[in-house]
Amino acid sequence: MRDFSYSRASSIEEARKAALQAGAMMLAGGTTLLDLAKCGVGEPDQVIDISHIIGLDAISIDERAATIGALAKMSAVADHPAVLAAFPAVAQSLSLAASQQLRNMATIGGNLLQRTRCPYFRDPATFAACNKREPGSGCSALGGVTRNHAVLGTSEHCIATYPGDLATALVAFDAVVDLGGRSVSVEDFFLAPGDTPDRETVITPGEMIVGVSLPTSAAARNSTYLKVRDRQSYEFAAASAAVGLELEADGKTVRDVRVALGGVATKPWRAREVEQALIGKALTDETVTAAARLSMNGAVAQPASSGGNHYKIELAPRVVARALRTLGGLA
Amino acid sequence: MTILEPRKHGSAADGMVGGRLSRFEGELKITGNATYALEYPLENLAHAVLVQSTIAAGRVVSVDAAAARAAAGVLLVLTPEDELGLMTASDWFGNRSENQPFHPLPKVVRYNGESIVAVIAESREQAIEAAKLIRITYEEAPAVADMDDPKAGEGKLLDAMTVEWGDAEKALAASAVRIEAEYRTPREYHVAMEPHGLTAQWDGDQLTVWEPSQWTHGMARTYAEWFGIALDDVRIVSPFIGGGFGSKGGALAYGAVAVAAAKKLGRPVRLAVSRPQNFTSYGGRAATHQTIALGATQEGVLQAIVHRGASETSTYMDYPEQTGAATPILYKVENFSSQTRVVPVNAVTPGALRGPGKNPSAYGIESAIDELAHKLSMDPLELRLKNYADHDYQSGKPWSTRRLREALTEGSAAFGWAGRRHEPRSMRDGKALIGWGLGCGTFPVIRAPSSAMIRVLRSGRVEVVSGAIDMGQGTYTILAQTAAEALGVSIDQVDVVLGDSRLPGSAIAGGSMLAGSITGAVHKTANAAREEIVGLALNDPNSPFRDTGANTLVVSEGRISVASGDGPSMTLSDLLSAVGRDALEVTRNTLPDDAQSATDRSNAWTSMGRVQGPTMGDTSMHSWCAHFVEVRVDEDFGTVRVSRMVSAFDCGRLYNPKMVESQWRGGIIMGIGQALLEEGLVDPRNARTINNNVGDYLVPTNSDIPDIEVISVGVPDYEASALGGKGVGEVGIVGVAPAIANAVFHATGKRVRDLPITLEKLM
Ligand SMILES: Cc1cc2nc3c(=O)[nH]c(=O)nc-3n(C[C@H](O)[C@H](O)[C@H](O)COP(=O)(O)OP(=O)(O)OC[C@H]3O[C@@H](n4cnc5c(N)ncnc54)[C@H](O)[C@@H]3O)c2cc1C
Ligand code: SF4
Repeated sequence: MRDFSYSRASSIEEARKAALQAGAMMLAGGTTLLDLAKCGVGEPDQVIDISHIIGLDAISIDERAATIGALAKMSAVADHPAVLAAFPAVAQSLSLAASQQLRNMATIGGNLLQRTRCPYFRDPATFAACNKREPGSGCSALGGVTRNHAVLGTSEHCIATYPGDLATALVAFDAVVDLGGRSVSVEDFFLAPGDTPDRETVITPGEMIVGVSLPTSAAARNSTYLKVRDRQSYEFAAASAAVGLELEADGKTVRDVRVALGGVATKPWRAREVEQALIGKALTDETVTAAARLSMNGAVAQPASSGGNHYKIELAPRVVARALRTLGGLA
Repeated sequence: MTILEPRKHGSAADGMVGGRLSRFEGELKITGNATYALEYPLENLAHAVLVQSTIAAGRVVSVDAAAARAAAGVLLVLTPEDELGLMTASDWFGNRSENQPFHPLPKVVRYNGESIVAVIAESREQAIEAAKLIRITYEEAPAVADMDDPKAGEGKLLDAMTVEWGDAEKALAASAVRIEAEYRTPREYHVAMEPHGLTAQWDGDQLTVWEPSQWTHGMARTYAEWFGIALDDVRIVSPFIGGGFGSKGGALAYGAVAVAAAKKLGRPVRLAVSRPQNFTSYGGRAATHQTIALGATQEGVLQAIVHRGASETSTYMDYPEQTGAATPILYKVENFSSQTRVVPVNAVTPGALRGPGKNPSAYGIESAIDELAHKLSMDPLELRLKNYADHDYQSGKPWSTRRLREALTEGSAAFGWAGRRHEPRSMRDGKALIGWGLGCGTFPVIRAPSSAMIRVLRSGRVEVVSGAIDMGQGTYTILAQTAAEALGVSIDQVDVVLGDSRLPGSAIAGGSMLAGSITGAVHKTANAAREEIVGLALNDPNSPFRDTGANTLVVSEGRISVASGDGPSMTLSDLLSAVGRDALEVTRNTLPDDAQSATDRSNAWTSMGRVQGPTMGDTSMHSWCAHFVEVRVDEDFGTVRVSRMVSAFDCGRLYNPKMVESQWRGGIIMGIGQALLEEGLVDPRNARTINNNVGDYLVPTNSDIPDIEVISVGVPDYEASALGGKGVGEVGIVGVAPAIANAVFHATGKRVRDLPITLEKLM
């Protein structure tokens, strides 16, 4: 591990100022940062410990919105009764993520900024080519083992999956990231790789995540996070869906629906085509199945030769459909 | 040395052989007081880090270590250019080629992840940082990534492993009902919780190595031979081991590197093999392919088994994963043929991983039997009972004990198998397809000699001392029980000292041979100690028993008395005081009388030369088990969850059922991982296992494991061991994967013939 200097910020301003230094990285729970330092990907020169900034772990919620401080622990948000009531999908996305030990350490801000699990990204000593690490160096994943790589939002430069669960739930419910000086919707906060896979978010040096806010809605109240994976716990999603549903008074017609996908895309993926196909329609097995399929419009699979990821294109719509059926009382 | 406190549970009988005593060292472990190899505090310690190859095959042209040598804290960089002066050590059987130099950091790269350079620095962090500055220039050579690589070819047939009787091909062709299928297993890894590594210290010509070891004496021999020093000058210390599963049986190249560095520096050196490096510093279970054809009558009477197996090996050594190991002994069959191949690939030589051979072998035959049952529309349990092997058809010998029938019937009763509807896809609960599957397992009884020492101290304590090890399987505990019972003392008086090559030698903790071997040695030693105590009491001029006229005495609960009860009675401690002795020390071994020379003994504890297979006597000796599994498969997602399990075992007598059940359950849990999760993913371009960490190489979590009911149906088998036990550690995993695969078939109607059964295979 490379030597670095360590400083502890006592305020947001101090942290943002310190983060302007070259090679600076913020430390919140440290579960991503330490992990990346160990595999040689995260090599900070300056570590700015933000975990002691007072008040930044607050969780407040009223009829209109929930506001969650960047330092709130994953476990605290997952277990928060008001969050559970107003945003069950958000709470579930957290309790189904990582392990209890990690959730007790990790923060909401750090969670959003976790990096991809692409094994080529995480092994710089062996795989020099990775556009995300070294712009222009190429992509080692192409032609490699790609079972867990993305099928949506990929480019010829990078096919890495965004692994987080929370951001998937946030993007479904129009959450906004507070960057101190400005606010950005979670959807716009994350960037698809395009030809700059090294740029994963719109955050700029000297900015930090101060918190996220979530508008309440009927769809958020009736929501679920469904995560599918081989291992029952402590595994990233093969495919996941954050879904919220509001029906008209008739109990059949869709008034509002939110669908976002995790584990299949290069960024937290809002599936608006699915939503559009359902709004105003009666929720039936047929409409659900047909709409869920639209979630994979534009999906591109990697060749099956070496553990390809085509199965995600089959799996994700089934996950979306199951979640919709569960919420709509069809299952 | 480590002295451990016994913890009793329930009645005094817990302290006897067969009692459910809790593990001796449990408290030390859960309170963090057990010191592991990488934790020994030593002064002036230097830290070594390995740099491994990132190509699959080729030659090291040059190593540019200038930047690393200049980096902060760096003490030494070892490269293939450094002549370490080591000689090749003996193989497992004690055979050694003369004058063969050994280069633990080779110039020729044979697999991706081979250690090429070591960087030693004042701190581990400095060594890691400097290691990143090493630049290795290679001349790459073509490589074979794995056995599916078109360049891999057919491999080599190992004639010595061919097993034939009757005329299998002919009988197969003539059979009314036939099935044939190919089964595959991937590379699997030990992933013990404690990664490999060591702390090494020289004191003149004397070497001490703190290293987790399944065999302290065998490891000591290897280090002695590598470095050209006397066996007595090497000490391996390994009182606690965080799991081995077959990976910690012998010294490995990185050990030579650390010890050589310690010698060069004149300082103790610690080398921690990083988790990713654990995937290539020693071999896991080889990937296997096997084709099995079964022929039967319409009534389900087995006529023929034809088995063709192949496994990956390295390019520099033939290590067969014996896919034909269980195939010949599970069923009654008059016509049999099995052939085994190895396919060299650019990978580290594979090794033994829990249930070696038997495990993939049982996956093949137990899946095939299920396929046959389905084809016959027969209950797979009935098919197994119908073809029950009354004796060992391979060796022609009778079984010593074989209670597989009881395992099948009692296991099925506990599971409720009678309620099974045999057609696939016939049970569901909402979206969950429910399936019930059955798989049998077996593991041979392997016997080997061991030795032990018992010290009865004037303080009243009794020490049981052996170089044998405890990696969680319960050696400390069962040896205390064995000694307490045989000697006639209370378990609370007994201390057990293990895990040090300076102590009396023992069999390896592998192949499930240690418990049977070392309890035999301790039992013999304790009996001898009791006789010596009685002799002392009867004959010593200062003994109060001398004039009782008794010709024998009773030792019980730590007291020695006259059998009739009307005479002196005193504690062993008082007896020793009375006769003016501080201690009584007895050492015994279980080698034959004609093999008691110093050389015989040394060879016995440091090689496999005295190990006896299951059919070397008049009978055929094995442990047996039957696993009954319920799975729930999500019909949309293809995810499999094991929801219920009952496993019945015949492992002979159980020295401590609590330890045994934990071994069985541990094996079963690994079997669940093997069936559903575990798979080394090899990049075809550079033959690297890319999921080389525990975030990506998945083993089961608690939530993947249901309640597992385990049942013992065994009876003591005194041919298998002195105290009547057969092996328990390996057999638990054997048969689990096919039981799950068969349950998945029953649930879904889909037969997955390549492990692990991941969701995309069922969607
Ligand atoms: C084995 C394993 C399994 C996991 N499984 C899952 C899973 O299933 N699902 C899932 O969603 N996640 C999973 N995770 C990821 C885990 O949730 C994240 O590691 C964690 O949320 C990161 O939070 P942290 O506070 O520890 O972040 P840190 O490690 O402290 O920080 C992460 C990054 O964000 C930056 N940062 C932190 N806070 C701020 C801020 N306020 N403003 C600006 N920058 C900031 C840091 O500089 C760093 O680059 C897993 C992690 C591991 C190690
Ligand atoms: S997929 Fe992206 S992260 Fe992975 S190797 Fe390619 S560029 Fe790097």
